[in-house]
Amino acid sequence: MADEIILLDFWPSMFGMRVRVALAEKGLKYEYKEEDLRNKSPLLLEMNPVHKKIPVLIHNGKPICESLIIVQYIDEVWKDKAPLLPSDPYQRAQARFWADYVDKKPYELGRKIWSTKGEEQETAKKEFIECLKLLEGELGEKPYFGGEKIGFVDVALVTFSCWFHAYESFGNFSIEAECPKLIAWTKRCMEKESVSSSLEDPHKVHGFVMGMRKKLGIE
Amino acid sequence: MAAISLQTATMAEEVKLFGTWASPFSRRIEVALKLKGVQFEYIEENLSNKSPALLEYNPVHKKIPVLVHNGKPVAESLVILEYIDETWKHNPILPTDPYEKAIARFWAKYIDDKLWPAATKVLVSKGEEQKGVTEEIQEQLKTLESELKGKKFFGGESLGFVDIAANIIVFLLVAQEALGLMEILTEEQFPVLHEWYQRLVDDAVFKECVPPRERHLGFFKVRFGSSTASK
Repeated sequence: MADEIILLDFWPSMFGMRVRVALAEKGLKYEYKEEDLRNKSPLLLEMNPVHKKIPVLIHNGKPICESLIIVQYIDEVWKDKAPLLPSDPYQRAQARFWADYVDKKPYELGRKIWSTKGEEQETAKKEFIECLKLLEGELGEKPYFGGEKIGFVDVALVTFSCWFHAYESFGNFSIEAECPKLIAWTKRCMEKESVSSSLEDPHKVHGFVMGMRKKLGIE
Repeated sequence: MAAISLQTATMAEEVKLFGTWASPFSRRIEVALKLKGVQFEYIEENLSNKSPALLEYNPVHKKIPVLVHNGKPVAESLVILEYIDETWKHNPILPTDPYEKAIARFWAKYIDDKLWPAATKVLVSKGEEQKGVTEEIQEQLKTLESELKGKKFFGGESLGFVDIAANIIVFLLVAQEALGLMEILTEEQFPVLHEWYQRLVDDAVFKECVPPRERHLGFFKVRFGSSTASK
């Protein structure tokens, strides 16, 4: 009996992209449904009544919400292929810690970079670079956060990289100049089909962010 | 500067918990360790004067709780809970089924992302704003209540991941009493959750892991008291 997998998503969402990468890593076939967030589908409202947000994975009719929870679910159900979390409990705890860090810091700061001006933006840029440098430290000399292969933290963070061009453009700074190792890591990840086929074109994302800025009246 | 020597791995398990007596996050870890019968050394931190050990074990956030197992630190309460569950496998706090596990993780995250910020806000807000936040909390509690679905605990027959995470509710109600706030978890509005709450605070292990009542009431009065009382 075949698995029925549906992903409710929104194309520029770095959270939705995490799920796309995980599904691709596991070689899973699924139906992608694009949501219009200004006009959410009855299916989305039914499957995520608490938050009404994407991504939502629907597996044989049962919904799972929150991107990192979905990625762990995928890893646990399809555990025989391309494991994303290590098997050792301590290593798993470290991976969860860093994925949680990615959710807590870079996301909010990135948002501030494209949606604020002046002092607030400068502070956000500075803190954002500090976060990325910390993550660079955690990466160390490993090819991926997961070691020899991409893992949970790679999936959590790499999807931000297609937003970097927008951050750099609206923040007027170069992430590569400050964090060359991290950018090298993003390029390494992009060599993998699961990543390159899941992330959006940075120029398309830039256009989307420009549209958001116009709507918010920031120009 | 004090020399810091990390404990080297020994034959015996060495488990340390860095926490504070009034933190629900720290108390969560105590519940899990006690449920599993794990012996541990508790170190009370003074958050206005953090120990070199804490800063070494959690350099990223510099926060408690931190669990140190045979010299290796784990930080972030929900991450620690999962680590404990995977390391000491008896009396599991998470379900084994991946779907049930995902649901448990969802609700624990909901508690931390939604209930906790609202709970801290209600302590510092006044008047109309406080009323608004109280209503928000009550909506969240209604949402949580619907997840109980006739079970004794969120974890089923015994305390689980979500019950442990929901210890925040206990702290909130002590604060409510200390500050004379509008009653939040009434039996009328929340018949099911109210029953669960009684079960939770009566649980043999859980009740060992809440701050001593009088001291806790005093803590809230000192920290948040003055003119926040509103009925």
